[in-house]
Amino acid sequence: MPVAASENAKEVDKLFNFMMTIATGLFLIVEGALVYSLIKFRRKKGDTSDGPHIEGNVALEIVWTAIPTVIVFILAFYSFQTYNKLGGLDPVNSRNVPPQQIAIDNNDDQIALGIGKSFGKEALQVNVQAMQYAWLFTYPETGIVSGELHVPNNQPVQLNMTAKDVLHAFWVPQLRLKQDTIPGRQSIISFIPSLKGDYPIVCAELCGPYHGGMKSVLHVEDQDSYEEWIKSNQPVQEAYLEKTLTVDDSSSNEKFLTSYIENMDTEKDTVAELTHNYSHQDS
Amino acid sequence: MTTIIESTKTQHQQRKWTDYFTFCTDHKVIGIQYLVTSFLFYFIGGALAEVLRTELATPEPDFITPFLYNQVLTMHGTIMIFLWIVPAGAAFANYLIPLMIGTEDMAFPTLNALAFWLTPPGGILLLLSFFVDGGAAQAGWTSYPPLSLVSGIWGEEIWILSVLLIGTSSILGSINFLTTILKMRIKEMDLHSMPLFCWSMLATSTLILLSTPVLAAALVLLSFDLIAGTSFFNPAGGGDPVLYQHMFWFYSHPAVYIMILPFFGVISDVLPVHVRKPIFGYRAIAYSSLGISFLGLIVWAHHMFTSGIPGWLRMFFMAATMLIAIPTGIKVFGWCATIWGGKINLNTPFLFGFGFLTIFTLGGLTGVMLSAVPFDIHVHDTYFVVAHFHYVLFGGASMGLFAGFYHWFPKMTGRMFNEFLGKAHFLLLFIGLNVSFMPMHELGLLGMNRRIALYDIQFQPLNEIATIGAYILGLSTLPFVINIFLSLASGEKVSRNPWRAYTLEWQTSSPPAIENFDGKPVLWAGPYDYGLNSEEFDFEKVFGDTPTETSSNSK
Amino acid sequence: MQGSAIQKSHETTHVHHDHRLFGLVLFLIAESSIFLGLFSAFIVYKTIMPIWPPTGTPELELLLPGINTLILVSSSFVMHKGKAAIKRNDVSGLKLWFGVTALMGFVFLAGQMYEYFHLEMGLTTNLFASCFYVLTGFHGLHVSFGLFMILAVLWRSSKEGHYTSESHFGVEAAEIYWHFVDVVWIILFVLVYLL
Ligand code: HEA
Ligand code: HEA
Ligand code: CUA
Ligand SMILES: [Cu+2]
Repeated sequence: MPVAASENAKEVDKLFNFMMTIATGLFLIVEGALVYSLIKFRRKKGDTSDGPHIEGNVALEIVWTAIPTVIVFILAFYSFQTYNKLGGLDPVNSRNVPPQQIAIDNNDDQIALGIGKSFGKEALQVNVQAMQYAWLFTYPETGIVSGELHVPNNQPVQLNMTAKDVLHAFWVPQLRLKQDTIPGRQSIISFIPSLKGDYPIVCAELCGPYHGGMKSVLHVEDQDSYEEWIKSNQPVQEAYLEKTLTVDDSSSNEKFLTSYIENMDTEKDTVAELTHNYSHQDS
Repeated sequence: MTTIIESTKTQHQQRKWTDYFTFCTDHKVIGIQYLVTSFLFYFIGGALAEVLRTELATPEPDFITPFLYNQVLTMHGTIMIFLWIVPAGAAFANYLIPLMIGTEDMAFPTLNALAFWLTPPGGILLLLSFFVDGGAAQAGWTSYPPLSLVSGIWGEEIWILSVLLIGTSSILGSINFLTTILKMRIKEMDLHSMPLFCWSMLATSTLILLSTPVLAAALVLLSFDLIAGTSFFNPAGGGDPVLYQHMFWFYSHPAVYIMILPFFGVISDVLPVHVRKPIFGYRAIAYSSLGISFLGLIVWAHHMFTSGIPGWLRMFFMAATMLIAIPTGIKVFGWCATIWGGKINLNTPFLFGFGFLTIFTLGGLTGVMLSAVPFDIHVHDTYFVVAHFHYVLFGGASMGLFAGFYHWFPKMTGRMFNEFLGKAHFLLLFIGLNVSFMPMHELGLLGMNRRIALYDIQFQPLNEIATIGAYILGLSTLPFVINIFLSLASGEKVSRNPWRAYTLEWQTSSPPAIENFDGKPVLWAGPYDYGLNSEEFDFEKVFGDTPTETSSNSK
Repeated sequence: MQGSAIQKSHETTHVHHDHRLFGLVLFLIAESSIFLGLFSAFIVYKTIMPIWPPTGTPELELLLPGINTLILVSSSFVMHKGKAAIKRNDVSGLKLWFGVTALMGFVFLAGQMYEYFHLEMGLTTNLFASCFYVLTGFHGLHVSFGLFMILAVLWRSSKEGHYTSESHFGVEAAEIYWHFVDVVWIILFVLVYLL
C-alpha cells in the first residue's frame, strides 16, 4: 500500500491488514490440507483399491460451516465499523440524490451521494468537474480555478464533484478514497488530510482512450504555503484564466499532457462557463 | 439427419466429422460443437490478451494506440466471458447431462441445436466489428453509458446484438437443461442420486433464467439510446446512467456464478474418481449450489460501491456478498476432505482439480476482501480487481474446465490423452497464471487503475513480470493443442470406463453410440460409491465390454 | 424428425408432451424477467425523478386504453372457453372461441396503433415518452406473437383430427401465453396509465 495521507486511510489499512491475516490463515489451512494429502495419500503403483468409504461427517461439516460464519460476521462487523468511522453512513453525504435536481439548482448546501463525514460549512469547499481528460477544481470562496488541487493540511475538505461528459472517478490512492463523478449528478467526498505531500489524482473509471492519462496532483500543504498559493492566484483571476490550465497542468505530468493538449481548447470554454456560473451565484 | 433414423440399437454407428458442421440435434454433437467453438474463442481471446500484455510491458502506449487498446480490452473481456466460459459450461452440460441421467437426448433437441447455432454468428459478428466505422466497442465489457453511447456507435451496436444473441442462446439452453434434469432421469435415479454436476446445472440454469433477461432488457434500452436517440441512460437527456449499472450487474454478478457453478459440478465429479473416495458431504455440496444461486441474486451492487448508492445499501450488499463465502467454503472444505485419506492418482485431471482448489480459494478470498466497502473503495477499478477475477475465472472456471476436459476426453473421443503433455500443460498454466496475475494484486494496491494503455512509470517492473507470465500462459496452449491432435490421431484406445468411475456416462461405449445406451442403463450404484466393494469389482465384466468393440470407427 | 426417429427405435418416448408445457412455463419465467427489468426501470425513474412525468408530457387519455384493457382481459375468458371446447373434443367450438379471441386481440392492437398516432409525443420527446413507447411497444410485440399463435392454432385446427381432447398442446400453449400477455398488460396499465 502507498503511504496513508489521512487518519481514515490508516483505518482502511488496519482493515486491510486484518483481512489479509485472516485470508492468509484460511489459505494456509486449505493449501496445507491439500499439499499434505498430495504427499501423504498418493496411490502406490499397482494399487487399484479404493480409499475408505466415507460419505461425510455431520459434526465436521457443522464445524466448517460455523467457523466461516463466525469469521464472516466478525469481518462484516469490523468493516461496518470502519465504514462508519469514515462517515459512510453520514446522513448528509451518503444520501442519494435524484439526477435532475442538481442540474436545476446548483447551490452549495445540498446533499449528495458520496463518502466521508460531512463537515458542513466548516470545510473548505472545492467544486470538481471531471471531463475527458482533465480535472478542473474551482474554489467558490475565492473564485480560483485550477487544474490541480491544493488543500491545507489537517483541515476538512469537501469536494463537490460532477462530470461534464461521461463517468469518471476521483481517486487518490494515498487517501484510499474513490468516488465516481456522474454527469448530471453531484457526488461528494470529504476528508481531512494529515500528511503533507504531493499525491496523484487518478481517474479510475474508463472514460475513453486517454483514460490512463487523466491525472492531476493533490498538494497537501501547510497553511502558509497554501495561503501563498491562494494569493498568487487570486488577484489575476480573469486574466489568469487562459493560463491556469496550461501552467498548472503542464507542471503535473508533461509527458501525458502533450499527447492531448488539443483537448484543452474546449476546456477553456468550460472554464469560462463555470466562472460565469459562480459569479452569478454570488450576486 | 439420416444417420439418426438408420441407427439401431445393436450397431455402434459413429458420427461423420461433417455432422459437426450441421444443424444436428444430437446432444453429443451439440456438446462437441459448443466445446470446439468455445476453445476457438479461447485462443482468440487469449491472443487478444497477449496483445494487451504486450502493450502493458511498457508505460507508453507504443504497441497499439490507446484507442485500439480499449477495443481489444473490450473484446478480450467479452469473448472470454460470453464466448469461452459460458459456452464451455453449456458444452459440458449438453454432452453430459443426458448421459449422466441415462436418457438418449435432451428434452428439446431442436431447441438445443438452435441455441447452439446462435452462438457462432454472435461471435463472428463481434469479431467483424473491429472493421466497422469507428471500430469495435470500446467501453469495456461492462459497456457503461454514457461512454458507450459516445464512442463508436456501430461497434457498440454490434456488441449489443451479439451479446443479445448469446444471451438468448443461454436462456434456451437453460430451459433444456432444467427440463431434462427434472423430468427425464431414469426411474431409479432420484434427485439425490444424481451426479453433482446435474445439481450444479440446476443452480446455473435457474440463475440464467432469472437474470439473463434483465441484461437483455438493459441492452435493449441501451440500444434505443444509441440508435433511436432516447435517453434512458443518457444524462444529457435526463436519463440515469447508474440505473444501467444496476441492471447490468443484476445479470453480470449472477453471471460470474453462471460461469463457476458448472465447474464446481465438474470438480465434484472429477475428484472422487481420481482419489477413489466418495464425495464428502453430497447433500451439503448439492444444496450449497442452490444457496450460492440465491445469494448471487442479491449482491449485484458490490460492483458499484463507488458509483454512488446510499450508505445503508452499501452495507446490505456488503453483508450479503460476504455470506457467499459460507456455501462456497462448504464446498471447498468438502472437496479437501474428499481428497484427504484417498488414494490419489496423480494424473492430469486430478492435477487440474488440485490447481482449481488452490487458485480458486485464493481468488475467492480476495473476493471477500473486495466486498468490504472501505477497502473496495480503495481498490475498485484497479488491478487488484483484475487479479481477483482472473484468479477465479482463469484459475477457477478455466482450471475446472480443463480438469473436466481431460477427465471426459476418453469418453468423448474413445482415446486416451498423453499424460506427459497433459502434465506439461498443467505446469505451464499453473506457473504462468501465478506469475502473471499475482503481481497485479500489488499493482492495484499501489494505485494502478485498470483499463489503461498508458501508466505511471513506477509500475513498470511489476507489469513486466505480468507480461512474462502471460507469455508463459500463451506457451501453455502448445502442449495442450499438440496433445489433442496427437491423441485424436494415435492415442491409446480406451474401454468404456478407463477411470473405473460409477456415474452412468461410463456405462456406455467410448465414444457413446448415437442414442447413448444399448437398451436401458442400469443404476447399479450411487454416483460416488467408492470403497464399498469395487476392489473385487470387475468393471469390464459387468458391462460386458472390451476396448476393441468401439474402436473400429472412432475418429 | 428427430422425435419420430426415436419413437421408431424406442418404446419409451411418449413423454414429450408434458415436457413442452414445462418448457413453456420456464420460458415464460424468463419472459417475466425481461418485463420485470423494464418495469423496475420505470419504477426507478418514477421514484427518483423530481417531476414525473416530466413537464410537458401530454396527459394520457384513459378512455381508449381502458376499453382496450377490458377487451384484452375478457379475451382471456373467451379463449378459455375455446380450450374447454377442445377438451370436449368440440373442434368447431375451439375455432369459434379462438376466432373471437383473435378478433379481440386484433382490436386491441388497432386501439394501440390509434393511440400511438394520436398522442402528442414521440419516442424521444422525453424519458416518460420513451418508457411509454418501449413498454407498450414491447408488450404489443408479445400480443402480436400471441395473435400469431392463435392464428396458427386456427389454421391447424382445420386439419382433420389435429387437435383432440387428448392432444392439444398447441391450444394450451397459446392459451397460457395469452394469459401471460394479459397479466403483463394489467401491470403495465396500472403502472403507466393509472399511477
Ligand atoms: C467466476 C467468476 C467469479 C467468482 C466465482 C467470483 C467470486 C466472488 N467475487 Fe468476484 N468478480 C468477478 C468474477 C468472480 N467473482 C469478476 C469478473 C469481477 C469484475 C467484473 C468487472 O468489474 O469487470 C468481480 C468483481 C468482484 C467485486 C467488485 C470489485 C470491484 O469492482 O470493486 C467484488 C466485491 O465484492 C467481488 C466479490 C466476490 C466474492 C465475495 C466472491 C465469492 O463468491 C468468493 C467465495 C469463495 C471463497 C471465500 C473462497 C473459499 C472459501 C473458504 C476457504 C471458506 C472460508 C472463507 C471465509 C470465511 C472468508 N468480485
Ligand atoms: C474467463 C475469462 C478470462 C480469461 C481466461 C482471461 C485470460 C487472460 N487475461 Fe483477461 N480479462 C477478462 C477475462 C478473462 N481473461 C475480463 C472479463 C476482463 C475485463 C475486461 C474489461 O475491463 O472490460 C479482462 C481483462 C484483462 C486485463 C486488464 C486490462 C485492463 O484493464 O487494462 C488483462 C491485463 O493483463 C488481462 C490479461 C489476461 C491474460 C494474460 C490472460 C491469459 O490467461 C490468456 C492466456 C492466453 C492463452 C492461453 C491463449 C494463447 C493463444 C495464442 C498465443 C494464440 C494462439 C493461436 C492459435 C493456436 C490459433 N485480462
Ligand atoms: Cu476520466 Cu477515466
Ligand atoms: Cu460480483
